[in-house]
Formats: sequence, structure tokens, C-alpha cells
Amino acid sequence: MLALRGIEKSYPLAGGSLPVLKGIDLNIVQGEMVAIMGSSGSGKSTLLNVLGLLDGFDSGGYDLDGVDMAGLSEKQAARYRSQFLGFVFQSFNLISFKTALENVALPLFYQKVPRRERQKRAMEMLGKMGMDDRADHLPSELSGGQKQRVAIARALITSPRVILADEPTGALDSTTSSEVMEVLREVNASGITVIIVTHEADIAAQCDRTIRLHDGVIIEDGKSGEVVEPTARGARSQD
Amino acid sequence: MMGLDRDRLVELVQVVVRNPLRAFLSALGVGWGLFMIIITVGAARGLENGVKADMGNDVSNSMFAWTMSTSLPYKGYQRGRYVEMDIDDVRWIQANTQHLDLVCPEVQLGGYRGTNNVTRGKQSGAFDVHGAIAEYPQVKPMNITEGRFLNEGDLAGERKVCVIGSRVKDILFEMGEEPLGETVQIQGVIFRVVGVYTPKGNDEDAQNEAESIYIPFSTFSKAFNTRGRVGWLSMLIRDGVDAEEAEEATKQLIKARLSIHPDDPRAIGAWSMAEEFQKAELLFSGMRLISLLFGSLALLAGVIGITNIMLISIKERTKELGIRRSLGATPVRILQQIIGETLFLTLLAGLCGLVLGVGLLEAVDGFIEDGVDAGVFRHPEIDFGTIMTVLCILLGMSIFAGVLPALRALAIKPVEALRSEG
Ligand SMILES: Nc1ncnc2c1ncn2[C@@H]1O[C@H](COP(=O)(O)OP(=O)(O)OP(=O)(O)O)[C@@H](O)[C@H]1O
Ligand SMILES: [Mg+2]
Repeated sequence: MLALRGIEKSYPLAGGSLPVLKGIDLNIVQGEMVAIMGSSGSGKSTLLNVLGLLDGFDSGGYDLDGVDMAGLSEKQAARYRSQFLGFVFQSFNLISFKTALENVALPLFYQKVPRRERQKRAMEMLGKMGMDDRADHLPSELSGGQKQRVAIARALITSPRVILADEPTGALDSTTSSEVMEVLREVNASGITVIIVTHEADIAAQCDRTIRLHDGVIIEDGKSGEVVEPTARGARSQD
Repeated sequence: MMGLDRDRLVELVQVVVRNPLRAFLSALGVGWGLFMIIITVGAARGLENGVKADMGNDVSNSMFAWTMSTSLPYKGYQRGRYVEMDIDDVRWIQANTQHLDLVCPEVQLGGYRGTNNVTRGKQSGAFDVHGAIAEYPQVKPMNITEGRFLNEGDLAGERKVCVIGSRVKDILFEMGEEPLGETVQIQGVIFRVVGVYTPKGNDEDAQNEAESIYIPFSTFSKAFNTRGRVGWLSMLIRDGVDAEEAEEATKQLIKARLSIHPDDPRAIGAWSMAEEFQKAELLFSGMRLISLLFGSLALLAGVIGITNIMLISIKERTKELGIRRSLGATPVRILQQIIGETLFLTLLAGLCGLVLGVGLLEAVDGFIEDGVDAGVFRHPEIDFGTIMTVLCILLGMSIFAGVLPALRALAIKPVEALRSEG
């Protein structure tokens, strides 16, 4: 599904450039649930943005669903995002002046789905998230957990093949976090690939596979149970 | 370019509603600009209508010619000869012209505003006394309020009859007195009143006209011993003949008849209404253009204001635009959105300015109709075509206003947009 080969990326700085990803090789197959861990600044978000076609890379190769993503135009990238990918963010990134329903329907708007159908599907999706009774609420009228459910509904509305979540529970308390993780596990159970960036070991533990980044390279990659413990320790020691 | 989807409209309205004060302030400039255009174009039109209404009293194909002294020697005559025209010359011109429908000889008594020359009993006054022919009203229209104008019989019979202006009647006759059939003395000669007229229009010219008296040309010649001398010609240019051409040809005709050098620039004077109309028309289209130009500049200032506001708005909404792009918005959709918002704001503002401007014009028009004195200013208005032109200018400008903010929005990469605060 997703294949990275020797991805390198650096940010230009005043006095030169700052390498952030230093040769990432990664294969993720359809239906996997993957956690990306690592200390702050290790390049997790950068990696996720590259995977999500929100950002480019300097060298290496990226195949999404067997198609080379190198040198993609903005328009093509938007198409792939729209068809294949759904995003969930730590800060929810709901549009503040739109209701829950409008937020969830927005990706369909960009897919040129007719209005009536957009509304219907958005309502159904909110229902699946248990949020249909909040459809007309503005984000400011929702709790953190509710916002994240709306955000997940919005990510799922286009039936993407991959969900990319950057610290989806980072702004939530532990009970709400586990509820959100429960939702994401259900999403994964329906066959959608889920990639979660997280700091928290117990979040990673709920994934099938954990990848650990350090200073722009993958230092560990394995079944969650095997990787989680040292990483959790490592993360804690660095916090 | 933009399918009109209800959600797009909702989006646009949300933008305005979210920051109503800002929307209002940015709209103000454009609204004001459009308001100015409507008002200035309408006012220019009002002036035009007023002046044209005054000119409308004159017959548009009328032309006048008179003789002066020569400035070139010709056929044995010295320069400086004072040329005179008489009734035989007029008949010859009438017979030989290819450019004129009507040639009226006219002659006037004494100088302007001389001593009292007309009396009736104890009343007297100083009036212009004209010798004219029956067709004269075709060149200089008047309202006959009592009786009739001079006719062929008056001229053929050299009758001592006169047609007097309304002011003449007021001065020489008592209130309620019936002037028809009464007599007045013009420089001692007794004339019978056969008609009273009021001039058309109410400008200064018309005031003078109301103090004039018309008597048959033939009678004038005999009674005041002018031997058929003609003061000036009032003429009608034939339909479809160019005024300038008719004027030149007529001058040449007169010059030929009176042995004046064809190149003499001074001997014959002429004036035609059509040329005057053309000059006025030029002036007014110039005025229209200038008011449109200045209004458009005001509009441009407003549009630049909107561009500015949109740029600020883009900056503030960077995050929102990043979110939209993460949700699959293509650059084109973002472009459409930004230009759409700009268009919506500008057109909304423009329409407000338009409605207010047209409303004000209508109100002023109403006041003037109700009899408020506005000088030559009459019926200010703006025609549909001009409104359409203005709206097209507005549309063009608002697309222009949206392009810069839209390009700015697209220059931000999705990651950067998502990372920004907001
Ligand atoms: N736009 C940018 N310009 C310059 N440097 C950047 C930019 N974005 C990220 N970086 C740098 O790249 C490195 C990796 O950033 P990244 O956001 O991927 O880290 P992260 O692993 O997600 O960290 P965290 O856990 O704190 O979110 C950091 O050192 C960061 O300072
Ligand atoms: Mg991060």
C-alpha cells in the first residue's frame, strides 16, 4: 500500500540545511495499524506529512498504491489526498465557523458530490461516531473527545484507504483517549490502514506494529509488544 | 467557472457574517466608488438634459446668415465695402440653393433697446420690430396664444398688421383687455394687432423674444423706407444635408450673388444650430467620460481596499486553507473560493452603492419635478446601458482584486498552512 525507499528530507536553515529524515525505508501493507514513536524532534510529523502528500521530499521514492508519488503536482497531490487519505490531527483542525455536519461534509464538497448526498453521508458518518445529535453544533460547543470524533468522521467520509493521525490523543485525557483509540481500532478493523504518531506507549500498544524513529532514521520496527517497552522507557527518560 | 452550489453561497455568506465590521469597512470603499459613478454620471446627464431642453426650443436644422464688410478686394470693389442684401437677392438664393428648404428674410427696426418706439395711447415701450414672412415660425417656433401669425395675404397686400409678443401685450394693454383688432403705433405708423404669441422656452433669449413685434417684410420695407434691405436670413437646412456643408455652400452662394471674393473670410457671417448641437454633444460625451473615469478611479481605490482586506483575511485563515487542502481541495478550488469571496464582497458592496446612487438620483429628480428650482439642471438619470457598463467594470475589477489574494493563498504549502496558528 505504502512504500518508502530511502526517503531523505531536510529543511533549509539560515546557515545551511537541517536534515530531518535521513533515509527512511518503510513498507506498510493494506489493513495494518501502525504506531510511529520517537522523541520530540525525531521527525515523526515530518514523516507523516510526507506520507500524507502534504509535504515533499528531497530524494528517495514513495509509492502509494503502486504509483510513484515523486514530482507530483499540487493538483494531483490533492486528488490522491482526496481519494486515498484521511487526516486526524492533535488539535482536531475543525473549521471553527462550520458546524460538525458541515465539517464532516467538506471533503465530499471537494469531491463534487451533490449537496443532498453530502448531507446524507455526513449524517450517517456522524451517526457511526455517535455524534449525530451534535450535528448542528459548532466545534467550540464540543468537548475535546467529541471534536476528535467529528474529525475522524471527516477523515472517514471519503472512504479513504489510509488514515494518518498525528498524535490524535495528544490533547485528550486518558478516558477520552481510549475511546478515540477504540474508534480508530474499529476503523482499522473495517480494513483501513491506520498510521498513528504518538508519544504514549499505551497508545502504541494498541497498534499491531510500532516503528521507532530517532534523529531521522528508523531504529526499531516490529510488533507492538516487542518495541513498545524499550520505547516507552526511552520516551519517558527523555521527557 | 463556478457552479452555483448552495454550499458555496453559504460559504460566502459565512465569510461576511463571521466578520461583519470588516466586511462592511472593506465594502464601504467600493460602495462609495460606485455611488460616486452613479451620482456624477447622473448629474452630468441632468445638466445635459437641462441644456438640451433649452436648446430644444430652437429648430435643430436652422441656420442664420448675415452680411458684414468685405476684407478682400474683388471685381473692382475695394476691400472694406459694406455689403447689403435685399429681397431680390433672397429670392435668387431661394431659387438657386440645393441645400436649403426655406430662406426667410428678416429685418429689424432701429438698434437694440433704443428709445420708446411703439406707443398705444398713453402707453409706450421700446420693442424690437421685425419684418418677417409667413413661414418664419418654421425657423423660430412660437406659441400663438391669440389670433394668428402673419400670412401670405398680409405680405402680398403689404398690410399694416402686427403680431406682438406677450410682454408687449402686457405693457401696452390693460389687464383683461382684448388686443386683437386694436392698433398700435410703430414709429408713428399705425398697425393693427392680428396675433399674440409667447416664445418657447424660458431662458434669456425667450425673454427678449417676448418683447418683439412682427410685421410683414413687405410692409416694413415700405413703411420704414428700407427698400427691400434684408438684415439677415433665417434658413432651414434640407433634411439629410450636413450642416457644415450647407453653411459653406450657402455662404458661397451669397458671395457669388453679391460679388464678394470667394475666399473672403469676413463678409458673410453664419451660424447653424446643428453645429451648436454637435459641439454640445461633444462637450457632454466628454463630461460623461470624465465622470466615468473619475468614478472608476474611486472604484479602483475601493477595490484595492478589498484586495488589502482579502490579503489580511488570507493571512488569518492560513490554517483554515491548510485544512481545506488536507481534505482534498485542489488549488483551483482554493482559487475559486478566494476569488468568489472577493467577488461576492465587491458585488454586494457595488450593488449597495448602485441602489443608493440611483435612489438619490430618483429623489433629486422627484424634487425637481415637484418644482424645486434647479437652474439648467433637469431630470438627472442614468441609463441602463451605463449601469451595465459600470457593473462590467466592477466585475472586472473584483476579479482583479481577488487574483492577488488567491495567488498568495496558493503560494502557501499545505504543511506550512497546517502548522500556522489560527
Ligand atoms: N518548517 C520547518 N522548518 C525548519 N525546521 C523544521 C520545520 N518543521 C520541522 N522542523 C524541524 O524538523 C525536526 C523534526 O520535526 P517534526 O515536527 O517532524 O518532529 P516530531 O518528531 O513530530 O516532534 P514532536 O514530537 O515534538 O511533534 C525538528 O527539529 C524541527 O525543528
Ligand atoms: Mg510532531
